[in-house]
Amino acid sequence: MSTPLNAREVADRYFLEHRAKVLDLAAFLDRYDRAAQAGGQPASDRSDDVRMRAMLAAIRLLADGKPERARRILELWSDQSTDPIERAPMKGAIGAVPLQDR
Amino acid sequence: MYIDPHIHMVSRTTDDYRRMALAGCVAITEPAFWAGYDRSSAQGFVDYFRLLTDTEPRRAAQFGIRHHTWLCINPKESEDIGLAREVLAEIPSFLDQPNVLGIGEIGLNKNSRNELTVLHEHIALAAKHQLMILVHTPHLEDKLKGTRLIMDAIREHGIDPGRVLIDHVEEHTVGEVLRRGFWAGMTLYPDTKCTPQRAVDIFEMHGTDRLWINSAADWGVSDPLAVPKCQQEMRGRGHLEDAIRKVSFENPFRFLSQSGRFSTGR
Repeated sequence: MSTPLNAREVADRYFLEHRAKVLDLAAFLDRYDRAAQAGGQPASDRSDDVRMRAMLAAIRLLADGKPERARRILELWSDQSTDPIERAPMKGAIGAVPLQDR
Repeated sequence: MYIDPHIHMVSRTTDDYRRMALAGCVAITEPAFWAGYDRSSAQGFVDYFRLLTDTEPRRAAQFGIRHHTWLCINPKESEDIGLAREVLAEIPSFLDQPNVLGIGEIGLNKNSRNELTVLHEHIALAAKHQLMILVHTPHLEDKLKGTRLIMDAIREHGIDPGRVLIDHVEEHTVGEVLRRGFWAGMTLYPDTKCTPQRAVDIFEMHGTDRLWINSAADWGVSDPLAVPKCQQEMRGRGHLEDAIRKVSFENPFRFLSQSGRFSTGR
């Protein structure tokens, strides 16, 4: 079942929605930087938050021109280990794993 | 007309039943899940199972919706193996209730050893009573690993994957789930899991066989009308009504009818 839309129709239907999402993302990064600066961190230093590092890595992947970006970003953010952990440390999930541990 | 094969109506209002009926919902299935807090005893689960097998079917029937359920102790409360085994011991006494389809939503949450032990014991219970299984896969960064551990565990018990639905698949898990012969469910959530747009993308990339959509609406940020909104997304792209009906009615009907207890009442 392929998409019935051609590329122009996809852009016509979804561009404005995703233009807004790109702006939301930009504003989120600006907001984070302002808060970090107010806390005494340099604007470019996001090294203390694994989620922010994971997000920036995903943004780089978005622009690599290769297919299946959604799948590859989800894999980038996934725990790639294979053995069960000893004990659940919490109930929730944060959405990303520390990239330096890969 | 549609079926929402995964929704937690104990957390929703009667107005939601009415709106779902107006949108064309004819049947639902409600897996047992985490209530947002840890229950203090097995008796709390017994009360919950009475709600799922008695109260909710009557509430749904007021709006012409057939209500079905799946029973278990969910993985978020499975770290306490003692409590989990007490709850597991209570489940057989509910299995003869006419709206019980099987065991679910079982699975993993943080992929811990205790969660995996309790998962195996649920699978063994399903195998003993020849019941179908509805699987919850973990959230976010834990999903890929957990989905693989769950499928391996089910295979160890010799369960037919055609009688198991692996839920909450996304782009990084759907292919492997389908390749291994399981059914797959896409949950339509505003922030996590799949949006209606991504779900339709997945249909376009992976086809419509053994794949369904559900709202999994519960006490969190969620939408009990997510399934008809996904139908609308398919229409908006120009997909044919036959394809829309297949993913939102025929596929869940076909899978759930294997239980011998599922009915849309029509």
